[in-house]
Amino acid sequence: MNALSFIPLLLALVLSPLLFGVINRTKALFAGRHGQPLLQTYFDLWKLLQKGAVYSRTTTWLFRAGPLVGLASALAAATLIPLGNCPALIEFPGDFLLFAGLLGLMRFFTVTAALDTGSSFEGMGASREVFFSALTEPALLVAFVTLARQTGQLSLSTMLEPGSGAHWLHAGPVLGLVVVALMIVLLAENARIPVDDPNTHLELTMIHEVMVLDHGGPDLAFILYGAALKLWLFAALIVGILLPATGNLWLDLLLATGGMFVVVVAVGVIESIMARLRLVVVPQLLVGAGALAAVAFLLGLI
Amino acid sequence: MLMTNFILVLVVLTNLKLLGSSRLGASIRVVAAQGVVLGFLPVLAHWHELSVRFALLAVGTIIIKGIVFPWFLFRAVREAEVTREIEPYVGYVASLVWGVVALGVSFWMCTRLPMPEDIASPWLTPVAFFSIFAGLFLIVSRKRAVNQVLGFLVLENGIYTFGVGVAARTPLLVEAGVLLDVFVAVFVMGITIFHINREFDHIDVDRLSTLKDS
Repeated sequence: MNALSFIPLLLALVLSPLLFGVINRTKALFAGRHGQPLLQTYFDLWKLLQKGAVYSRTTTWLFRAGPLVGLASALAAATLIPLGNCPALIEFPGDFLLFAGLLGLMRFFTVTAALDTGSSFEGMGASREVFFSALTEPALLVAFVTLARQTGQLSLSTMLEPGSGAHWLHAGPVLGLVVVALMIVLLAENARIPVDDPNTHLELTMIHEVMVLDHGGPDLAFILYGAALKLWLFAALIVGILLPATGNLWLDLLLATGGMFVVVVAVGVIESIMARLRLVVVPQLLVGAGALAAVAFLLGLI
Repeated sequence: MLMTNFILVLVVLTNLKLLGSSRLGASIRVVAAQGVVLGFLPVLAHWHELSVRFALLAVGTIIIKGIVFPWFLFRAVREAEVTREIEPYVGYVASLVWGVVALGVSFWMCTRLPMPEDIASPWLTPVAFFSIFAGLFLIVSRKRAVNQVLGFLVLENGIYTFGVGVAARTPLLVEAGVLLDVFVAVFVMGITIFHINREFDHIDVDRLSTLKDS
């Protein structure tokens, strides 16, 4: 571990709420609106942290543990992700499994907190979240295994190290398929449009938002910050695969940070030009992502 | 080599799209795109020994598979007034999963087959087998006659892919003959769909088996 490995974590902690601002600005641009300030998520977090929390008498400690464990898991997962040529804070062979596991833990506690309220809407959201994540997790893991197989590495820090341009000539189709699969996983896991609409306020169609209806104040701030970190982590995966190395450490870091914002602009463009899919079609999309990852794995074998 | 691989990946993706899609119009377009993309395969696979023969084959394939077949099938769909497959024997998600398994089986099979050395790409044989499997699966798992014709075309595309990669020295006459056979087959099937539809008001193959002659 060296001092450089703190950089990816620090950047994630500081810049992740900005991603939501960039997505919203992109969408506003498409809609011809001015849009909210880029720093809106920071203002929201600050406002929520000032407030007190209200807890229903029917809830137990699980409801209070949900946001805390969720944020803690997201922070722990953020220590595993490298950026540019800087290795992650913690790296060991097989840490991609821990990464997937931490995201699973985060989801598990969000879902239990939602079920703990006893609200039928939140139960519905929890059920959908679990159903869809059961389909995205295989896609994520197969994508990781494909990367591990392509690079011959078992740790996220070495797997996502910027490769050379020749690497793309050699394994272009495989990496392209993995990136598309991961992009669909990103959209599904972060409750973005083809799967879930973050702006909707109709409980019947919501997935992620409906689970956190009963949280308020600092708890909601934790959830919001956790969601921002999660988006940052998935974008970092895609950037790590796509970017080639330039040779200069700081230039690599700058390119990777810029790449993160390119990824979220792409998310904003997808949200602007696509409609939300019907709920019955969503599993088809997610199984499709898994199929793409599996095809990439098989093509990478020969 | 690079472009060949790219084409083969496109073929795999179009096959998966066919397995997971219910709209007949979109499926016809996907098969047409697959035919056009495959038309470029003989040119790219034999880049170093390019001759008029391969160019003719490519142009013929692109015209027949990319323009004539889609036109026929769109006409059949329009006459029969169907737009989507309803209740296939195997659902779309299950078909996709089956497709991935079939791809895995193809890759496994091709590690067992003795292959000539000068094959254009290591992915060529597995992808050819996968197209054959996907085509067969479409034929047995869908109810609409149009989809079964598409399955037949995908099956033929698989055989074509295999032929391009393995038997570089096939005479032009044989390849042209195969193309003509497929052409006639799709022609006949298009007319048959039209007539079935006119006689019985539907092209649901499932219900043809209940017809009696009296």
